[in-house]
Amino acid sequence: MLRVEKITKRFGGLEAVCDVSLDLKRTPITGLVGPNGSGKTTLFHIITGFYHIDKGRTFFNDKEISGFPPHVISRMGLVRTFQQTRVLPFLSTRENLLCAVPTQKGEQLASLFFRPGTVKREEKQNRARADEVLALIRLAPLADELSGQLSFGQQKLLELGRILMAQPKLILLDEPTAGINPALIRQLVAVLRKLTRQGIQVFLIEHNMPLVAEICDKVFVMDSGTLIFSGPPADAIRDPDVIEAYLGKIDHAS
Amino acid sequence: MDYLLHILVVALVYTVFALSLNLELGYTGLYNFGHVAFFGIGAYASALLSLAGFPVAFSMTAGMIMAGAAGALLAVPALRLSGDYFGVATLAFAEMIRLFFLNERWLTKGPMGLPGIPRPLGIPSGVSGLPLYFLLSALVAAAVFLFTCRIARSPFGRALKVVREDEYVAQALGKNVFSLKVQIVAVGSLIAGLAGALYGHYITYISPSDFTLNETILVLLCVVLGGRGTQWGPVVGAFLIIFFQEFIRFLPIPVDFGRVVAPIQGMVYGAVLVFLMLKHPEGIIPEYRI
Repeated sequence: MLRVEKITKRFGGLEAVCDVSLDLKRTPITGLVGPNGSGKTTLFHIITGFYHIDKGRTFFNDKEISGFPPHVISRMGLVRTFQQTRVLPFLSTRENLLCAVPTQKGEQLASLFFRPGTVKREEKQNRARADEVLALIRLAPLADELSGQLSFGQQKLLELGRILMAQPKLILLDEPTAGINPALIRQLVAVLRKLTRQGIQVFLIEHNMPLVAEICDKVFVMDSGTLIFSGPPADAIRDPDVIEAYLGKIDHAS
Repeated sequence: MDYLLHILVVALVYTVFALSLNLELGYTGLYNFGHVAFFGIGAYASALLSLAGFPVAFSMTAGMIMAGAAGALLAVPALRLSGDYFGVATLAFAEMIRLFFLNERWLTKGPMGLPGIPRPLGIPSGVSGLPLYFLLSALVAAAVFLFTCRIARSPFGRALKVVREDEYVAQALGKNVFSLKVQIVAVGSLIAGLAGALYGHYITYISPSDFTLNETILVLLCVVLGGRGTQWGPVVGAFLIIFFQEFIRFLPIPVDFGRVVAPIQGMVYGAVLVFLMLKHPEGIIPEYRI
């Protein structure tokens, strides 16, 4: 599905991502871990078209997508979340979900006035889908509240729900569990598992290693912009390079 | 009675003008500080065509289309700029258009302006045509109002709000942000052109001094005071502002002071706009309640 070939990204003199190649193949849930500043989010930005690639190429379903604008990549079924929660605070919870459906007829000005019937039918279908997703992420009672009023954890769930509305093939989650309580993490994991059963691939950046070990089928580890490990999560925590990368960070912290 | 009708017609023209700006400023979050340019293009194009002998209805439609086309032409380069820079570009564009009206005498007769613009549908010029012109303006304003409601309540309007709230999220959700913005600026300019044409054929005389920064500020104030991003906000704002403008004519200001007081009007509008933006950005009708 997603394949990345020899990607390099520089910011001035800093090589944020250096010659990284990876292939997700058909792995249901893949993790991307590494200390802060190791280039994980930069890699996500590159894959989803938000950053220009300096060197290297990206492929999705064997089609080259390097250089495509973000909205085109998103419409191909490769949808992401952001590290900071980014709900649309002055839209309601339901509207947050509805706006996530890509290529709606109702978003074309001409269709609004010349094909109102089609637009109405489509909107009705989307509303039904939104209700299903609201039930799945358990936000149905808050459907008409402004999403900015939701708690942090609820906003995280809403972001996940928003991605689901897009009917993606692969979702990229940037630290989905950061800052949310353990109960909500369980809820999130349940949603992720449900997704993989529907054939949606998940690629996530995560710092919570026990969680990575629990849910990921494969893990890539990055340090200082390079890929230092790929394989099953159980092996990752025993790998000397990985231990060094992480212990170095702990030394700094203490 | 005639005087009241006159104020109502002007208020309706500004309603249409404000509704068009609200599409950009209210729903999409685009700070267009040169909206008067499209009002002016609509007014001049329609006036020139009708003075050249074309039917007024045709001229008004053509004026609208020209304003819309000018909006799209400006939008494509200007929207490559972000946020405040777009505002600066539109401000400069409006000044360019005003200078064009002022200096291209072969076409616009420069500062002399264009007198004797005919009214549409055989509505007589002068006071006798007032009731009919009021009716026409009310119909146009109602149609534009319904048009903007349709946009606001549609998935298209929702996508505009997504762009306003967070462009990155909009892109991540597969929205073509640039295309949405260009479309709404084109539509906003089209309707501003209609407002301009409606104005020109009503007043029957236009000159470059009708299309200055003052008018931009006035229409901005209509939208912000009424409540941007709402369906009724611009309507309420336009009526309040235009009636207030006429009301101050009756203030007992000594004639000698007139020269001093007149420029203060613009200052007061500017100050009110700044105050609203800082303290009550939601206006009289808030878009949402927290």
